[in-house]
Amino acid sequence: MTARERIAGNVAGYVDDRTGAAKWMKKNLTKVFPDHWSFLLGEICLYSFVILLLSGTFLTFWFDPSQREIIYDGGYQPLSGLKMSAAYASTLHISFEVRGGLLMRQIHHWAALIFMVGIVVHLMRVYFTGAFRKPREFNWIIGVGLLTLGIVEGFLGYSLPDDLLSGTGIRIAEAIIQALPLVGSYIAFFAFGGTFPGEAFIPRIYTVHVLLLPGIFLALITVHLMLVWYQKHTQFPGPGRTEKNVVGYPLMPVYMAKAGGFFFIVFGVTAFLGAVASINPIWLYGPYTPGQISAGSQPDWYMGWLDGLVRMSPPLETHAFGHTISWNILLPGLILPGIMFTGLALYPFIESWATGDKREHHLLDRPRNTPNRTAIGVMALTFTMVSLLNGGNDIIATTFHLTINQMMWFSRIGILVLPPIAFVITKRLCLSLQRADRDLVLHGRETGRLMRMPNGEFTEIHEPISAEKAWTLTSHEQIAPLELPEMDAAGVRHPGALKNKLRNRISRAAAVAVPKATQTERRELEGHH
Amino acid sequence: MSSELEPIKNPGLPAHVHRSTDTDPKAAARAERQVAILFALSALGTLLLIYSYIFIKSDTFIFIPVLGSNNAQQLGLGLGMAIALFCIGAGAIHWAKTLMPDEEVIAQRHEFRSDDEDRAQFVKTVKDGAAAAGLGRRPLIKRSLGVALGLSGLTPLLLLRDLGPLPKDNLQKTSWKPGMRLVTDPGDRPIRPEDLEVGAVAQTLPELAVGEERTLNNIGKDAVLLIRLRPEEFNLTAERLSWTHEGIIAFSKICSHMGCAVALYEQQTKHLLCPCHQSTFDVTRAAKVIFGPAARPLPQLNITVDSEGYLVARTPFTEPIGPSFWERSS
Repeated sequence: MTARERIAGNVAGYVDDRTGAAKWMKKNLTKVFPDHWSFLLGEICLYSFVILLLSGTFLTFWFDPSQREIIYDGGYQPLSGLKMSAAYASTLHISFEVRGGLLMRQIHHWAALIFMVGIVVHLMRVYFTGAFRKPREFNWIIGVGLLTLGIVEGFLGYSLPDDLLSGTGIRIAEAIIQALPLVGSYIAFFAFGGTFPGEAFIPRIYTVHVLLLPGIFLALITVHLMLVWYQKHTQFPGPGRTEKNVVGYPLMPVYMAKAGGFFFIVFGVTAFLGAVASINPIWLYGPYTPGQISAGSQPDWYMGWLDGLVRMSPPLETHAFGHTISWNILLPGLILPGIMFTGLALYPFIESWATGDKREHHLLDRPRNTPNRTAIGVMALTFTMVSLLNGGNDIIATTFHLTINQMMWFSRIGILVLPPIAFVITKRLCLSLQRADRDLVLHGRETGRLMRMPNGEFTEIHEPISAEKAWTLTSHEQIAPLELPEMDAAGVRHPGALKNKLRNRISRAAAVAVPKATQTERRELEGHH
Repeated sequence: MSSELEPIKNPGLPAHVHRSTDTDPKAAARAERQVAILFALSALGTLLLIYSYIFIKSDTFIFIPVLGSNNAQQLGLGLGMAIALFCIGAGAIHWAKTLMPDEEVIAQRHEFRSDDEDRAQFVKTVKDGAAAAGLGRRPLIKRSLGVALGLSGLTPLLLLRDLGPLPKDNLQKTSWKPGMRLVTDPGDRPIRPEDLEVGAVAQTLPELAVGEERTLNNIGKDAVLLIRLRPEEFNLTAERLSWTHEGIIAFSKICSHMGCAVALYEQQTKHLLCPCHQSTFDVTRAAKVIFGPAARPLPQLNITVDSEGYLVARTPFTEPIGPSFWERSS
């Protein structure tokens, strides 16, 4: 035993004597994780969160979260002598006088964008592969919570510098609060400490941005990861993989090196973006004043869809009994997003209710093998994409020489028409891909080599695919639709007949599939070839 | 049908294929060198960062193709940091992929469900606990506890009350009073009708009394846009026409939709456009909404001139300005 090994042994012994950690560590250091590029998406979110904590802490050392009005006398000449808030002035100070300050600001902003992109793409991966199914519903809900909080946290973050652009965003947020029936004006006055903009809002959201929400994030992320750990990661179907096992590489040393290395890669790429790609140049926008605005005001992308919904909303207000309800704000700003996020959070339960599938699933679905779920997902994405496009309707109109009216009417009609079309097309595509899989298994791979038969006919030579590939393409389940009773034996309507009818219909739609290839068919066809 | 057909079998994990670094010591040595080079590059990145921090002046700019003119210090710090971090990551992953074991391992999953006995025991423990506490048998405790907990929930609500004042009529009113002059923003100069040419636009605010400070709260409510057209271009009711002065019409600049500043004026079409959500108002028809999500016209300010010939408000706004709220009556 070398001296180094002895010391390591002693340290481990010291810790284990006091915690009994050895037993747990022994088991968990060799924990197996399956390998797939799409499993890195969640890691990107985790690492950008760490980057956000680090860069954000740096920024707090100089940022002054105050709306106290001062006269600027700092290093950025074009704004010299202007009235502005201390928050804006300190952001200028960070950008121009603190060495590395601008870099950290840009890293922080880029990391926030990457965090949100990461969450959305990770959510799409989990959704389209069915990783949210039993037993992982809790983690799905935590994930939806993290997405929602991420949107709020990002909005509060870019509101802090108190520049003209972000102040306009706060103004819009205030209008949404003010539009709440009954309590709107009161909540707005409490939140802003009086009339908008006041001097209280930025110090208050600062506390929420740097303390309250990050604390909740930390707690939720911890539970999210512990559940992944405890429940073990899902895996894609493939040779040797079953619902009962996990095939992959051990944590120690392979995943420690890979995951640890990936953190540095994400940080490095974010730093590169912070170095070369200017983001949120607040000194160009000027300090906030409610009487001014710049053309082309845009929120960050994760708020863009919300802004797009607001922009396309019809001009509806109800005035009755001396009161006003602004549907043009409530509908796109609160009601629709509320429905969307509730639906998202409840999706695992809705699907399991509709299909009657209450079993555990650890093998992922290939999206083509669940056409209904995939089509619903693409439908929701289409809805969000039309909203997002409309959130930039002014920029798009200027860039492509359209009128704002054309953009707005495209969105108003598109938001209703395009999602159902996307559903139908996606479902058809999934079924076609299933058919292609079936052909591949039964008839083999097209080689591109032509053969001339004695009778002059040309045929293409097909090569059989490997047993591994054939298994991967056929290992999914094709479940039969539910057949819940609508009438009882005597021909009388069953109580709950309507509900059963609905479930039958949904599960029939979900069970539409091209029959997967079987060994029997393969053998029969081999005889023909 | 498919149950009668024999499905394709799981062929099991395919045999492991060794990498060249597993079988060829030369390849392994090469991979080791590559990892070391990446780590060395990372160290160089940190050196670049240190150099930029100490030696590059913060007001030095350099031109880089594609990126344009850049602050040299910020670029040096950022690129140094990016290289330092990225290369550590790339090195570690290259190390893992070429030199660490790559044989796939199979681990078994366990069932999450506890066995029936444990579950029954758990339910029993909860039931016994509840019974021992006697919640069911002692309704008085249950109810009084419910009341106490419910009331204590009011504490945070109550304590948050002092976050701000009550709205009262703050949303209903602005600072405009009869006879108040309109002054330019910025500049605070009073305006005569002849200062505005036909087609011109001016942003104005109410004149301040001596010693008074203007706050952002005032600007957020009082900002008014003046636009001068030829009087015959208006298409207004007689009352609203009387609110204009020699073709000058005044509107609240705060959007009736969500409160952004309605700052874009198209001289040709005489439309005002809010850049936030593209609500478009027709100036000739008292800022009627002709497009977009806004549901109400911009409130018009009744203006005239005072004895010295400066533009003044004849009356305050006759309706609340800005976005809607519950207590708004029209």
